[in-house]
Amino acid sequence: MNTVFHIATHELRRLFYAPLAWILFAVVQFLLAIFFLLILGRFIDPSTASIFADYGATEIIVVGLLQITGILLLLITPFVTMHTFSEERQTGSIKLLLSSPISITELVLGKYLGVLGYLFLLLGLIALMPLSLLMGTELDLLQLLSALLGLVLLSSSFAAIGLFVSSLTSHPAVAAISTFGILFVLWIMNMAGNTGTELFREILTYASLLNHYHHLLDGIFNSADVIYYLLVSGVFILLSIWRLDNERLY
Amino acid sequence: MSSTINSIINREILISVDHVSRYYGDDCAVNDVSFSVHRGEVLGFLCPNGAGKSTTMQMICGVLSASAGHIKVAGHDMLESPRAAKQHIGFLPEQPPLYQDLNVNEYLYYAARLRGIKKAELKKAVAYSKQRCGLEETGKRLIKNLSKGFQQRVGIAQAIIHSPAVVIMDEPTSGLDPNQILEIRELIRELGNDHSVILSTHILPEVQSVCDRVLIINEGNLVLDESLDKLQRDHQIMPLKIALRQPPPLKTLGEIEGVVNIEQTGNHHFKIYCESGIDTINRITKLAVASEWELYEIIPEQDSLEETFVQLTRGENPE
Repeated sequence: MNTVFHIATHELRRLFYAPLAWILFAVVQFLLAIFFLLILGRFIDPSTASIFADYGATEIIVVGLLQITGILLLLITPFVTMHTFSEERQTGSIKLLLSSPISITELVLGKYLGVLGYLFLLLGLIALMPLSLLMGTELDLLQLLSALLGLVLLSSSFAAIGLFVSSLTSHPAVAAISTFGILFVLWIMNMAGNTGTELFREILTYASLLNHYHHLLDGIFNSADVIYYLLVSGVFILLSIWRLDNERLY
Repeated sequence: MSSTINSIINREILISVDHVSRYYGDDCAVNDVSFSVHRGEVLGFLCPNGAGKSTTMQMICGVLSASAGHIKVAGHDMLESPRAAKQHIGFLPEQPPLYQDLNVNEYLYYAARLRGIKKAELKKAVAYSKQRCGLEETGKRLIKNLSKGFQQRVGIAQAIIHSPAVVIMDEPTSGLDPNQILEIRELIRELGNDHSVILSTHILPEVQSVCDRVLIINEGNLVLDESLDKLQRDHQIMPLKIALRQPPPLKTLGEIEGVVNIEQTGNHHFKIYCESGIDTINRITKLAVASEWELYEIIPEQDSLEETFVQLTRGENPE
C-alpha cells in the first residue's frame, strides 16, 4: 500500500512540475467563472424572475454550473491521463517501474490515485464557486453534495478510461485523442437511444455516462448510479492491469 | 583481481538462466539460452546489434517475461515470486530511465522508495549512491539540464541505490567521452567487488578491462560462455610483438616450438604468431636470454577476443 502512495504522490508531483496542470486549472476556472457569472446574472435579473419562480438558486445556478463542469471534465481528463503510461513508455522510464519490486496492480492503482488527486483538487476549487453563494442566499447543501459526488464519480470513471487508453500506446497525443473519442461516445450514447427498439434504447441510455450523472445532479441518490460509475472505473483499471501484464509476454 | 578471487571463494549462484527463449510473434529473439552468474563476477555481454542482448537483459530484470525457460535471481524465480527476485536487481537500460523534470535528489528518493527502502534508511541510501557515482554536487539540478555523462551516472545511481546483489547495465558507457568512460569502468570494477555485474557493450577493450567472463550471443543463440583468462590463455594463435637488440636470423626464431608465423616489422622488431600462449612466450624469453639476443620488448597483442568475436558472429565455427 505504501508503494501505491509513493507512486501516486510522484505522479501528482510530476503533473504539477509541468505547466499543463496549472494551465488546465486556470482555463477551467476561467471558463466556469464566466459561465457562473452568466447564470447568476440571469437568475437575479428581475425581468426573468417569473421564469425561475418555481426554482431555487441551487437548481438553477449550482446544477447549471456543475452540468457544464461535467462537460469540461470530459474535455480535460484526456490531457491529464495521456501521460500516465504513454510517456513512461516513450521515454523508457517504465523500465524503472517494471524492474522494481512492485506489482502491476500497485503501479496502476498508484497512477490512478495520482490522477484522481489532481482531478479532485480541481473539483475542490470548482466547488468553491457555488459555495460562495452561501454568503448571499441559502443553498440545498445536500443536492450540492449529491451533485459533487456525481462529479467525483464521473471524473473517476473518466480517469480510469484515460488510464487504460494511455496504457495502450506510447504516444501521449494519441492517448489523449482516443480517450476523448471514447468518452464522447459514452457521453452521447443516449442520443442514439432515440431511435431503434425499446430494448436498444434502454441499453444505450443506461450505458451512457451522462444519464447517471443527471440523476445525481438532480439530487437523486440512487445506489445503482453509484455502482455504475464504480463498475466502469473498476473494469478499466482491471483492463489496464491486464494490458500491462500482458505487454511483458508479447 | 580481487573480484576473481571473490568469485572463487564464494561460488554462490546469483542469476541462473535456464533454457530461456523469447519470441516476438513468430520471430525468435532469444533461443534456448542458459548461463549463470556467481557472486562477485563481472559478466560481459558481447553481441552484434539486434542479437537479442537487450531482450535477454530485460528478461532477467523482469521487464519482459520469457516465452519459455526459467530465470532465477538470488534463488527466487522471476515468474513465481517476482517481487522477491526484483528486490535483488538493479537495472540500467540502454536509455537511462529518468524523469527529466525532476531533480537528482527527487529522482533518487523516488527510485529508492520504489525499491522498498525504509524511510529511516532513505537518506543514507541516496547519499551513498550519489557518492558512489560522483553526484554529490548535482543533487539539486534538474535531470534535463545535466550532460549525457551525468545522466548516465544518475542512471547507475538508481540501479545501485538499494545495494542489489546483481547490477545489470545495458551499454553503460555509450555516448560518453573517454574520461567519463574510464570513470564508469572504474565504478563497474568497484561494483564487481561486492555485487555481481552483467554489462553489455560493443567495445571489446571494455570487456577486457572490466569483465571476468564473456558471453557472446549471436542471432539469439549463446555461442560463447568463457572466462576471459581462459579465453586468452587457450586461444590457438596469439600475436606477440618482440624487440631484440641482437636478433638472430628469422629462420632461428621461426624454428622455436610453438611459433607459427613470423614477420619482421623493423630492424629489431618482430611480430610472432604463436600457439599455446604463455608456454611459447616462456620458451622465447628463455632462449633469448640463453643466446644473448638482448630482448628488450615483449608485448602480447590481446586481440584474441576480437578474433573470437568476429569468428563467432560471422557464422564461422572456430573449431
